[in-house]
Amino acid sequence: MWPLRWKKREQQYTQERAEFFDAVKRLDRRSFIKVAGMSAAAAVAHTSLPPHSFQLVEVASAQTAEKPLFRFAYISDTHLYERELNERFVKSTMRAVQDVNALDPQPDFVLFGGDLAQLGQPKELDLGKQLIGELKAPVRMMVGEHDWFLDMGEKWQQLFGPPSYSFDHKGIHFVTLMSVNEKDFWTERKMTPMERMLTVAGLDNSLQSRFEVGEQGREWLRRDLAKVPKNTPVVVFSHSPLYKYYKPWNFWTEDAEQVQALLAPFRSVTVIHGHTHQMLSNRIGNIHFHGMLSTAWPCPYAPEGLPKLNVQMDRADPFDEADGTGDGSIDVYKSGYVDKHHNLWSRNPITVSKAYLDSWGKQSAPPAPGHPSY
Amino acid sequence: MNKKRIKISIVIASAFGLCMAFTSLAQQNSQPRHAEARSENGNLVVQLCDGKTQMEVEGVREGDVIPPDMAREVAAKMMAAVKAEQAKQASKWTDRDRLTWEREQKRIIAEGDKLFHDWKALGGTIGISCDMCHPNGSNTHAETYPKFQTQLKKVAALRDMINWCIENPMKGKPLALDDPRILALEAYMSAQRKGVPLDPGKH
Repeated sequence: MWPLRWKKREQQYTQERAEFFDAVKRLDRRSFIKVAGMSAAAAVAHTSLPPHSFQLVEVASAQTAEKPLFRFAYISDTHLYERELNERFVKSTMRAVQDVNALDPQPDFVLFGGDLAQLGQPKELDLGKQLIGELKAPVRMMVGEHDWFLDMGEKWQQLFGPPSYSFDHKGIHFVTLMSVNEKDFWTERKMTPMERMLTVAGLDNSLQSRFEVGEQGREWLRRDLAKVPKNTPVVVFSHSPLYKYYKPWNFWTEDAEQVQALLAPFRSVTVIHGHTHQMLSNRIGNIHFHGMLSTAWPCPYAPEGLPKLNVQMDRADPFDEADGTGDGSIDVYKSGYVDKHHNLWSRNPITVSKAYLDSWGKQSAPPAPGHPSY
Repeated sequence: MNKKRIKISIVIASAFGLCMAFTSLAQQNSQPRHAEARSENGNLVVQLCDGKTQMEVEGVREGDVIPPDMAREVAAKMMAAVKAEQAKQASKWTDRDRLTWEREQKRIIAEGDKLFHDWKALGGTIGISCDMCHPNGSNTHAETYPKFQTQLKKVAALRDMINWCIENPMKGKPLALDDPRILALEAYMSAQRKGVPLDPGKH
């Protein structure tokens, strides 16, 4: 019977730990005392377990009285190959799904941030749909360039519908925007679909065009936003960052200024983007930008163009294949601005709070990295 | 008349041949180029394809054909001028050597670039290539090796780290340390850090 006893104890420990981290993220003074007491008791009770797995997380110093309106979770950039080729990326996706399914209470919905497949193959996309389908909460899908450029989005749209759409939720207007279009670079070079896909899949491949929303996309956005009152908070889901960070790696949206101009008239705008595989935050005017982690692998920070407000995540340890990857969740406030929780696997979670970008970086800075990029 | 024509063409051909031999290794875009030169008196100016040697032929107008005896004299004088120039040089290295060094360096870096983006060519088995975590060779820090790596339990060279990556995240077999592929990868990675000061041991 002892294996069962050990298993129950492990589950209990995992549950308590998850609850603890969850509670810590939503602290006010009273809860902090309660949680501190809880953790001390738990640490005493579990003295046989390794001490480092139960460290107190550094709490963001700003104590806002305001509670978030709701929470949604995200999983992004899974880059799935077929299981026979690469099982690691499959396992990472499953881990992210488990993380989100273990959240209590469940998030209002889950955003998938793009790049479900690695090379846009039908089998990869089917596998992705199957894995993401295990999520309990409703899912909002977003397309990435790795999903699109093998067949120009045919299979993606069959599985998941149009790449741009909008919806309203608890007074916030959400827009999922297709922002990884590229001007045709493949026809004149007589590339096969696979050659085109492989070119786009190479982050540092300069043959491909820079990402853009494009004229049609911007026109769609303009018409969609025309129906929205200027006081309504807007949250945009986009795979490319919708600003210009680093052109050689397509950490870039060519028509960023024009898209930002469409968004600027609104009182509050938040952009949640994928593609960069790193902790990344920025603010331009009244637009807050947050990048999502990848479940597959971390990207280094670009040698130039880093937003001034960004606090880097620590350089990824190459000897730990999960380091620098993860999933996360986002607390949305009534204003539309957000707390962005990065659930870094292999590390303490980090939150980039609303107060940090609200104050232009003067308050609530996330913890600085011990080993920034160089 | 025919014999003279043949002799002239031999002279010109040999001068031409000399020129070709001189620049045979240089690629088209790296051939030395003369600036356009015009004689003040309107005489013909003959230029050698080394990009430097030239002489004005007195008594022959621009656009005219040089008479055969004079042509031989001109060729001999230009050859003598080239030899005199070479005798003056302090260095034993010629432009040809410099072109060779540059071309070979570029070639091996291009090879490394290709391997860096090709997991199959390196024996990887799960579809992960170097450029995924290291676009343009970023975050490889070639200038910080050799340095101690805990997991390798020793001070490791760049090629040891390359092999570690091939074995672990890329799930391939490590390359032999004298494998030309490792050298190509090192050349590519080092080239990305050209100009960055050496800092062995930096973590």
